[in-house]
Amino acid sequence: MKLAISTASPQLSAPLDARFGRCMYFIIIETTTRDWDALPNPAASAGGGAGTQAVQFLTNQGVGAVVGPHFGPNAFTALEAAGIQIYSADNGQADELLEDFIAGRLEKVTQAGESGRHGGQGRRR
Amino acid sequence: MIVAVASGKGGTGKTTIATSLALAVDTARVAFLDCDVEAPNAHIFLQPDFDSREQVGLFIPQVDEALCDGCGVCADVCQYHAIVVLAGKPLVFPELCHGCGSCTLNCPIGAISEVQEVLGVLEGGPAAGRIQFARGVLNVGQPMAVPVISQLKKWRALQDGQLIIRDAPPGTSCPVVEAVRGADFVLLVTEPTPFGLHDLQLAHQLVRELDLPAGVIVNRDGIGDSRVDDFCREADLPILMRIPMQRTIAAALARGQTLVEAFPDYLPRFQELYIQIQSLVSGQPVPAPREMAGD
Repeated sequence: MKLAISTASPQLSAPLDARFGRCMYFIIIETTTRDWDALPNPAASAGGGAGTQAVQFLTNQGVGAVVGPHFGPNAFTALEAAGIQIYSADNGQADELLEDFIAGRLEKVTQAGESGRHGGQGRRR
Repeated sequence: MIVAVASGKGGTGKTTIATSLALAVDTARVAFLDCDVEAPNAHIFLQPDFDSREQVGLFIPQVDEALCDGCGVCADVCQYHAIVVLAGKPLVFPELCHGCGSCTLNCPIGAISEVQEVLGVLEGGPAAGRIQFARGVLNVGQPMAVPVISQLKKWRALQDGQLIIRDAPPGTSCPVVEAVRGADFVLLVTEPTPFGLHDLQLAHQLVRELDLPAGVIVNRDGIGDSRVDDFCREADLPILMRIPMQRTIAAALARGQTLVEAFPDYLPRFQELYIQIQSLVSGQPVPAPREMAGD
């Protein structure tokens, strides 16, 4: 399965970015082979709708699960519609989170967080 | 002539100025648009008899899933990421949609139609005898004020040759831009406090960006400091009127009276204000603002 982790920089040792839709990079890892790639998030500086744009991007990359610290309502709805599994982590770096994911130590998210309104996490018009 | 009354900071007296200006000129030729659609309040002072009402909304996409082949063109063209195609299925986020119609236009198989999402209402009617009053009211829970304001600006009862006064929302965000866009002149109402100055500077940047002529009204004059005056001098912003900080004014407004009703000596001052605005707009020499001492 392809796992996407929202990060602040393009390395496997990168720390988790504080936000999902507007994270700087997605580290995308094939969990069976541990092959990875860092892709800049096209939604990082979106005027609005960053969450939905990020999910569209991840869907197009064939991602099956995501790890992030916080998911806004729009991102959450879109991830669920896309059938992408959602896992949350408060902090950590991408390589550690990958091991946590594989070991089943991450918590599955079943509810959206609060809307951010201004610059992220479910901003509206 | 369209005069927008804006402020930056909230609570500086936009509606106080806008309503008194409306009453001070020949009311048969005045239209008043309360563009603060999230919290309209000019009706409290002008007490219109609302006799017409219409819904305003936005056309948002509705995808016929039986026709849709999941090509994703709609998601590619949407600037607001309000429509995405996930696992071959389209998903619309109505609260992100700006109603631009790009998805409908670009869908190669015509699977998208548009349905109106109601955002609020426009209400209008005569006020204070002959003023044509109209306001927009954004529905509770709706985040998007701009379409309501843009529809209000096209209120059907507006006529050529009127003085159209637009009472703008506070701040400098999109609804304010929409409320002042297209105006011939913007009155910036401020107070001589650090907060008033800070937001006046933002509002000044906004009108400069939109290339609109503007003048300042200093309300609650006598409090704070002189930095608003200093800024206006440096920015070449004319101060067109000063209204002193005065408890009797606050009490009259709290009773729902307008400034010119409660204090008729303000009538000639608002008439003079309008003359000054006209000369600033026409580029004719401006009579020197007669700065009145506080009462």
